[in-house]
Amino acid sequence: MTARSAAGTDRRAERGAARRRRDRRAQAIAAISTAIVLGGLAALIATSPGWDEVRDTFFSTSQFEESFPDVLGGFWLDVKVFLVVEVVVLILGLLVALLRTVPSPALFPLRLLATVYTDVFRGIPTILLVYLVGFGVPALGLIANDSFFVDPVFLGGAALALSYGAYVSEVYRAGVNSVHRSQRAAALAVGLTETQALRHVIVPQAVRRVGPPLLNDFIALQKDVALISIIGPQEAFRIAQVETASDFNYTPLVAAALLYLAITIPLARLLDYWEKGQGGRVHS
Amino acid sequence: MSAVLEIRGVTKAWGEREVLKGVDLTVAEHEAVAIIGASGSGKSTLLRCIDLLVEIDDGDVLLDGAVITDPSVDPVSVRRRLGLVFQAFNLFPHLNVLDNVTLGMRRGQGLDRPAAEVEARALLARFGLEGRELDRPDELSGGQQQRVAIVRALATRPRAMLLDEVTSALDPELVGEVLRAVRELKSEGVTMVLATHEMSFAREVADRVGFLHEGRLLEIGPPEQVLSDPQAPETKRFLRRLLEAGRA
Repeated sequence: MTARSAAGTDRRAERGAARRRRDRRAQAIAAISTAIVLGGLAALIATSPGWDEVRDTFFSTSQFEESFPDVLGGFWLDVKVFLVVEVVVLILGLLVALLRTVPSPALFPLRLLATVYTDVFRGIPTILLVYLVGFGVPALGLIANDSFFVDPVFLGGAALALSYGAYVSEVYRAGVNSVHRSQRAAALAVGLTETQALRHVIVPQAVRRVGPPLLNDFIALQKDVALISIIGPQEAFRIAQVETASDFNYTPLVAAALLYLAITIPLARLLDYWEKGQGGRVHS
Repeated sequence: MSAVLEIRGVTKAWGEREVLKGVDLTVAEHEAVAIIGASGSGKSTLLRCIDLLVEIDDGDVLLDGAVITDPSVDPVSVRRRLGLVFQAFNLFPHLNVLDNVTLGMRRGQGLDRPAAEVEARALLARFGLEGRELDRPDELSGGQQQRVAIVRALATRPRAMLLDEVTSALDPELVGEVLRAVRELKSEGVTMVLATHEMSFAREVADRVGFLHEGRLLEIGPPEQVLSDPQAPETKRFLRRLLEAGRA
């Protein structure tokens, strides 16, 4: 008995040692191959014939220091537009998704409208939409020229909201459809109306499931805020572009790119973390 | 003894396939009727038709003497007077045990939260679920989940409980606790219709057992008669097969 358990302990120690050897080996290989690939790329770029020029044009420290405060100032506009449009998109998307889900015959015209909306606005490139809304709506002459509603920031934001609302409504709708039919049956069986079943049982579960894909759309939205610059607003990309044009140095654009990354990368990590946390849960 | 449920010639087809071909059944107050039959014989469909989750094609269902299957009747008000328990529990995974139970009491019966919670806690305790109120359904065993589902249906004080194969999705060692819960319902005089595979259970809890075969209730009577001395050849065959499978 003792001999056997002693032998068992030895085997356990052997297996542990083998596992540690394997892990160390894997880490060493990963480190070496990373060094080779990244080092090789860096060497390739640094030894390329045009590198000195590229470095001065795109990565000039002095240009960076000079332009960064202005670009950062413009970036605040991006952040503000992003935050407001995101909230609008969350609400608009859910409304459109619900209209397309609720079978009530009285809602048929709205359901039709919602379907046309998602089809059309998902199909038009966002940049075209920004042009159309930004220049088309004021041209209608329905709104006073000094009104907030013809401000390019508002119109650009509205165009983004229309475009992303269509995407997000489809994400929500997929979430609603992914909740099993038996949940609706159970909700009705405890005496809820169809609307109550949607409100208290279906939608809460759907929203939980679509968190990661929604966050993915918001990362895309965050960078597409730059598109509103084409109708005028002085946001980060626009300011960087103006500064670039003044002395043919592209460093301000790189500064703008870093600012976008400063938001999108944390969002992407948050997304990873969220998806990992959800693995296996939620369903029942 | 007045009839709580009266089922008259209920017919239901899914497309071309007739699942129920004219079922008649009367369930008296405090009576428990077990419906036995092979998978696909229409047991679940019958219960869903009674709870108006499925629209019947012909016939009528009466609850306390009033027709509930008329298109003019609001199905929500009917479902609020019936309690259905599903084979796969169908608890709400995003709500804890207490909220699962109180959702129908609050939104359906109009109780305020404190009152609903007091009542729900008492019911949960009676079914051995004290201390689990704040757990999520996926933290419970299958037997516990099904007991929560029974409490959830019972909490709305239904006129009749409809139990659809409540032990079929459970591991064998968990069946006992759910059967005890159903016995508890019976001892309190809850009117019940239960679709079941458990013959011993039908024998013990049911006042009457009905054998559903290909959409028809072939025979119905006291358990000792239907289960020990069946008249219809189909019932005999069904029970023999169950015996061979070791389920009776």
